Amino acid sequence: MLELRDVQVAFDGFRALDGVNLTVPEGELRFLIGPNGAGKTTLIDVVTGLTRPAAGSVRFAGQDLVGRKEHQIVRLGVGRTFQTSVVFEELTVVENLDLAASFREPLWALTRRRKGVSEAVAESLARTGLEALAERPAGVLSHGQRQWLEIGMLLAQRPRLLLLDEPVAGMSKDERERTGELLTAIAADHTVVVVEHDMDFLRRHASTVTVLHEGRVLVEGSVDEVSVDPRVQEVYLGRRADDTVGERS
Amino acid sequence: MIKRHLPFATVAVIALVAAPLLLEPFRLGLLAKYLCYAIVALGIGLAWGKGGMLTLGQGVFFGLGGYSMAMYLKLTEAEGGLPDFMVWSGVEELPALWVPFANPVFALSMAVLGPVVLAVVLGTLVFRQRVRGAYFAILTQALAAAMVILLVGQQGLTGGTNGMTNFFELFGQDLAEDSTQRGLYLVVAGVLGVLYLATRQLVNSRYGRLLVAVRDGEDRVRFLGYDPALVKTVTFAASAGMAGLAGALFVPVVGIISPALLGVVPSLELVVAVAVGGRHVLAGAVLGAVVMGYAKTAFSEQFADGWLYLQGALFIVVMTLASKGIAGVAQTVAGRLRSARAT
Ligand SMILES: Nc1ncnc2c1ncn2[C@@H]1O[C@H](COP(=O)(O)OP(=O)(O)OP(=O)(O)O)[C@@H](O)[C@H]1O
Ligand SMILES: [Mg+2]
Repeated sequence: MLELRDVQVAFDGFRALDGVNLTVPEGELRFLIGPNGAGKTTLIDVVTGLTRPAAGSVRFAGQDLVGRKEHQIVRLGVGRTFQTSVVFEELTVVENLDLAASFREPLWALTRRRKGVSEAVAESLARTGLEALAERPAGVLSHGQRQWLEIGMLLAQRPRLLLLDEPVAGMSKDERERTGELLTAIAADHTVVVVEHDMDFLRRHASTVTVLHEGRVLVEGSVDEVSVDPRVQEVYLGRRADDTVGERS
Repeated sequence: MIKRHLPFATVAVIALVAAPLLLEPFRLGLLAKYLCYAIVALGIGLAWGKGGMLTLGQGVFFGLGGYSMAMYLKLTEAEGGLPDFMVWSGVEELPALWVPFANPVFALSMAVLGPVVLAVVLGTLVFRQRVRGAYFAILTQALAAAMVILLVGQQGLTGGTNGMTNFFELFGQDLAEDSTQRGLYLVVAGVLGVLYLATRQLVNSRYGRLLVAVRDGEDRVRFLGYDPALVKTVTFAASAGMAGLAGALFVPVVGIISPALLGVVPSLELVVAVAVGGRHVLAGAVLGAVVMGYAKTAFSEQFADGWLYLQGALFIVVMTLASKGIAGVAQTVAGRLRSARAT
């Protein structure tokens, strides 16, 4: 489904990605972890066309993504969220979702007024549990609700691959739990890549994990395998001591 | 449904029935002029208020429309000969650029299409390169300055600094007649009304939502699979078309078109008017143009230079104290009243 080969990204000589190889098969829920600055966000940027790789190839569903424009990649079925959530605060929750869902319509078709709620939007509302807030402006949503709205906007686009950059950062425990369940449900019929730091969250919801470190893939495997890997422990040691992979404190 | 259209219907009746009956011809002519500016303001409200594109060069599009119309008027009056100003500047043969403007359909089409095409070209170049905010504003302002230089420099082609004036008839109607001017006023008011309804429809559609989204988060919109450059170009072109049409109407109403009417200052004045009226609401933009038009006439009759400073001061006051303009203040008051009545 998604395949990165020897991808390199350099910022003024600094190698943010230094030969990344990554394959995510269709239908998988893949977690991507790594210490700050490991290149996780950069990896998503490369796939979605925000950053151009200096070398290497990025293929999705048999098509080369390098050199395509952001909106063209979205049209191929790749959706992403950002580390800091961006929803359109002046628009209501439904309008945000509807805007996301209408992206395949030609521009002139958008000049008609929205009538009711489309199937895709209704489904997103239900999945993210935002029905009660449907007519409220997105500006009044809490941090957690915004993240769900963003995920809902992606779902309304019916993408094949979702790339989520730290969707649970800053969420309360309950919200994390709900998000985890949401991700698992989404993964039933989508391919999903989730960037996440929080080890506790990983243990509860992840199956396959890829660890990125200094622009390279360090290890890849199940949560249990990865958490006992000495290299991973070394990378995380001292950085986030309380989060040290392996033994639960 | 009826309630929603009531404000518009009231204003329409006042503008189309009451004003022509009550206002003396001179006053009605002034109102027609302000309504021409209001058409430009409507376009600015769309592009800037909804789309976040601060365009300081609408005078360019207004001018293209105005000059197209003026060329047609001059050619009909010359009856196959040369327009008066060309004779004065020693031009001996009608320039090729002028020839097709003898056809009213061509001239009117160009009044709208010229600005639209220019805006599409400019928008495609600029928005693709992700030029925005202040850079876009400065660019459009530079365009207005360049336009003036071009017009002034081509004396034989454009009438230079003086522009074109002395128009006598339009489609066989004597422009000096009160009835012609009243008819023109009704046309201007009608065009404004139709454009207002169409723009409001656009703003309330999904396209309008998309436009607001582009204004508030262009990058995010890109990752929703839309091309913000296209959305912005189309919107900018629509506002340019409106300004062009306004310019074409302005010429027979006011009887002159010249570089001074479309340069940097008039372009800025219109943006100030939209800010004062309230750029977030289309009606605010329209209202702003009319109010500022009257204010300008009233004040510059007394102290000519004072107006410029007063206008600047007003702009600063609005931007700092009531950034949503008159429309914003009205909304706040209405909201207070409603909640006061509710309790
Ligand atoms: N536009 C840029 N210009 C220069 N350096 C950049 C740029 N974007 C990222 N970097 C650098 O590339 C490295 C990888 O950044 P990236 O954002 O991918 O890390 P990350 O794994 O997402 O980290 P975090 O956990 O903090 O989000 C960092 O050292 C960062 O400073
Ligand atoms: Mg990151």
